[in-house]
Amino acid sequence: MAEKISKETVVKVSRLARLSLTTEETERMTAQLAGMLEHFRDIDALDLASVEPMTQPYPLKNVLRKDVELPSLDRDEVLDQAPAAESGRFRVPPTIGFDV
Amino acid sequence: MSEVAALPNGWQLIVGLEVHVELATKTKMFSASANRFGDEPNTNIDPVTLGLPGALPVLNQHAIELAIRIGLALNCKVQPCTFHRKNYFYPDLPKAYQITQYDHPLNIDGHLMLPGDVRIGIERAHLEEDTGKSTHFGGSSGRIHGSDYSLIDFNRAGVPLVEIVSRPDIRTSEQARQYVGELRSILLAVGASDAKMEEGSMRCDVNVSVHKLGTPFGTRCEIKNVNSIRSVGRAIDYEARRQVDVIEGGGTIRQETRHWDDATGRTETLRTKEDADDYRYFLEPDLVPLVPDQSWIDAVRAALPVLPAARRQALAELCGVDKDGESAFVVVERGQDDYVSAVVAAGGDPRRAVVYVQQAFAEQSATPKVPAKDLAALTILERDAKVTSTQAKTLLTDLIEAGGGDVSAMATKRGFEALDKSAVEAMVDAAIAAEPGAWQKYCNGEEKALGALVGAVMKSSKGKADGKVITALLQAKRT
Amino acid sequence: MQKLVDIVAGVTNGSLKASAVVEEHLARIVARESEIHAFNLVTADQARTDAAKVDEDVKAGKKVGALAGVPIALKDNMCTRGVETTCSSKILQGWKPPYDATVVTKLRAAGAVIMGKTNLDEFAMGSSTENSAFGPTKNPHDVSRVPGGSSGGSAAAVSAGFAAASLGSDTGGSIRQPAALCGVVGVKPTYGVVSRYGLVAFASSLDQIGPFTSDVRDAATLLEVISGHDPMDSTSIPQPAPSLVSVLDHGVAGMRIGRVTDLPEGCEPDVLARLEAAFDALRSAGAIIVDIKLPSIQYCLTAYYLIAPAEASSNLARYDGVRYGNRVDAADLNSMYAATREAGFGEEVKRRIMLGTYALSAGYYDAYYGKALKVRRLISDDFAHAYEKTDVILTPTSPSVAFKFGSKTDNPLAMYLCDVFTIPTNLAGHPAMSVPFGTGADSMPVGVQVLATTLGEQAMFKVAAELERSL
Ligand SMILES: [Mg+2]
Ligand SMILES: [Zn+2]
Repeated sequence: MAEKISKETVVKVSRLARLSLTTEETERMTAQLAGMLEHFRDIDALDLASVEPMTQPYPLKNVLRKDVELPSLDRDEVLDQAPAAESGRFRVPPTIGFDV
Repeated sequence: MSEVAALPNGWQLIVGLEVHVELATKTKMFSASANRFGDEPNTNIDPVTLGLPGALPVLNQHAIELAIRIGLALNCKVQPCTFHRKNYFYPDLPKAYQITQYDHPLNIDGHLMLPGDVRIGIERAHLEEDTGKSTHFGGSSGRIHGSDYSLIDFNRAGVPLVEIVSRPDIRTSEQARQYVGELRSILLAVGASDAKMEEGSMRCDVNVSVHKLGTPFGTRCEIKNVNSIRSVGRAIDYEARRQVDVIEGGGTIRQETRHWDDATGRTETLRTKEDADDYRYFLEPDLVPLVPDQSWIDAVRAALPVLPAARRQALAELCGVDKDGESAFVVVERGQDDYVSAVVAAGGDPRRAVVYVQQAFAEQSATPKVPAKDLAALTILERDAKVTSTQAKTLLTDLIEAGGGDVSAMATKRGFEALDKSAVEAMVDAAIAAEPGAWQKYCNGEEKALGALVGAVMKSSKGKADGKVITALLQAKRT
Repeated sequence: MQKLVDIVAGVTNGSLKASAVVEEHLARIVARESEIHAFNLVTADQARTDAAKVDEDVKAGKKVGALAGVPIALKDNMCTRGVETTCSSKILQGWKPPYDATVVTKLRAAGAVIMGKTNLDEFAMGSSTENSAFGPTKNPHDVSRVPGGSSGGSAAAVSAGFAAASLGSDTGGSIRQPAALCGVVGVKPTYGVVSRYGLVAFASSLDQIGPFTSDVRDAATLLEVISGHDPMDSTSIPQPAPSLVSVLDHGVAGMRIGRVTDLPEGCEPDVLARLEAAFDALRSAGAIIVDIKLPSIQYCLTAYYLIAPAEASSNLARYDGVRYGNRVDAADLNSMYAATREAGFGEEVKRRIMLGTYALSAGYYDAYYGKALKVRRLISDDFAHAYEKTDVILTPTSPSVAFKFGSKTDNPLAMYLCDVFTIPTNLAGHPAMSVPFGTGADSMPVGVQVLATTLGEQAMFKVAAELERSL
């Protein structure tokens, strides 16, 4: 399993997760995550080579829906709940410095 | 089509295409919200479309069926498949993940044929959902960079998409254009999409790299925002030249995503590989596997129409034209090949039938208003030299305007009485006698002297003699 | 305290007014809610209106539903149209969903009267309800102790008589553990038996809604109403609701009851003593106790704390300040995202988002998330082997009785250990329920957990009913 989690990795992960952790939070998080990951090493001993991953508890397949339209939500009711809206649309700050 | 200079110094172009097509369903990929272009912003939304807390996706059966049609039309293997989440933050992506197919896509390992029997491999054609639409306001240009704010419309979010990924088998920008055109014809033929590039229901990302024969492919750049078939060709030509210039100037190509600017005719860096997101793909726990059973696949296959390539082939054989030629392509594109067959079945001349339809039926639907038997009659009049080809064109216009009718009566009404061959021959003899100088030159091999002789016959016949017939008679008399 | 089934019977035959039932419950809320804090929101006016409607229908001779007049509280992570749904998080505070969860629709159709939205650990992440952004819920048996979590508010609401029943959600024990700590019945059905549509997702492959009630019969009655196939949830099992009330009096004679011989350590002796008493009671009623082994159960915590945060990190990415919920304004989009999420989420939620993002990220997926999915298979296989030999399995619900506030908040791992007996069934997707079975240290309630295999709800309820009768 991977080496002990570093502060740099925690910073990278916090960026991926769009969380602006404070310096103090980053340090605490690094220690806590390291502790947990250390505990999670218990499964390293298991031989899992021939084990199929289990992703769903109940084996279903082909759950399909007919292509039938239902009414839209009311735009005003929805936009009323938005932090910012304008001209029938959701408003967001500019994408400056954003890696699109 | 404009020929572009080949790349210099033995450089070779390698192109692969990723084409996204919106499927022609009534509702979205995972919910009953309408899939409709052009509606007022945010009027086709529901909890699933908006990624509201607690909303769950359910697969649209018709979207799957259309995707299977695409797969079969592209000679793919249709297989059991799963859905993954591709996680990234962007304001037009409501859940902050796109549901897409990852390691087990629906369709794999197909191909598409281009003119000249060029085979372009299809790696996969997988299902996914579209994003909403951002519009950028303020700033200098209304573009992403430098705007003041953006407004988001989620009508398009969740619209079913099939992403068709070609293998890097394309070697020229012309082939890339043909590929997109052929793909579009197939999508239209199977009814999977309206494939309107101008409305964004068909969108191309182009992967371009260059190399020299016998060496590995170079680093590729992905070009986004290529919104017409013409732009596909222009973007590839520009990008290939740019890459060669960079390499020959001692530089290296970075793997990056570039943006095509149709106005400037250039590509620009959008983002580099280093700052690419880590998408954290994992199996979508809110969906279960899709295992299309053989009977479903067979039923979809049985209902598939004959595809454009096969139709062009059949039309070409019927009419004696080139299967990769303009008339076969245009007539099949308009879906008028069945009509041409009907004209031939009604006794029409095959080659004239296909040419008439190609040239005069652009405004007509797949089932033109002119009855097949009437068009057949016109081809026979012309073939039998009862009317000249010029007269035939006039009659064709009359026929289309009237929506059909008795072609012989129309010819009579126009005074297009047929001159029989003996009458024309008499006029030819008279013209030879009247223009001895021209006749002498023609006999000496001066082909341009033919004009004066033909003109003389035309004049004396008042245009009722067929130019081709006159020429044939003059040629026969020369030897 | 009134049983759910007695309220339905009385209201339906006209001997009891739904309005009077609601007023009684509201009176208890007025008396003790400020002390307990079971609710994020009490919808008293709507409850009165709904109860009056039920009474009108009864008076008019109309047919009323299977839950006519029953006051029910909802965990505040189930969407209620037009009524604030917060997940006890600042990021969603004030959000009024434009739609109802399927369970809410079913409850209303059955004539239930919704009393309000109950407190929880933020986004259902926790085992004590101390992680609520709006302050903890207190255990009605001893307000210096936690009610358990994450459905602490729903457990406390039933325990304190604020509602005849409530709904919670259970991802790793979030119904059963607070049920045990508050002395009520709590059921986690088979994954896919109750629709998740409208339940705010924590970990999609583990989440399941279930009831809290004061006895087993009430739980069976309520579960019958909320379960059944829902075409809006692709993971919903296409089967009708199980018949449960009908089996409660069947007894357990000849049934095989599994005793796990390799149970994880760390369980308090008073809790283990009650488990032994439960085995004795079932043996006396004619059941056969069989020893079984679940060797992989020791890896449950690891598998769970990789899988659940991974799914959660993706499920909680949608709280980005764009479409709903709260935003912290900033000059550019990325800063807005980060500021909104930093301010909107509490510490435990951030910790799990970080853990889950890490477990899924490039270079770590195989070592963590991928491996955890394989361990999940091992655990499921262990259960499959065990259920060849037994019909149900009995374990403690929680390793200890309700603990004091703050005693585990400094050490996330210590808190995670509260779920060591409940997590395995979520990983396997099996049903399990906690039944109050006497008291332990400091006279606090102790729960015994009955586990069954996929769709084994009938066997589970038979045993639960027998345990209850034996008290
Ligand atoms: Mg792509
Ligand atoms: Zn795509």
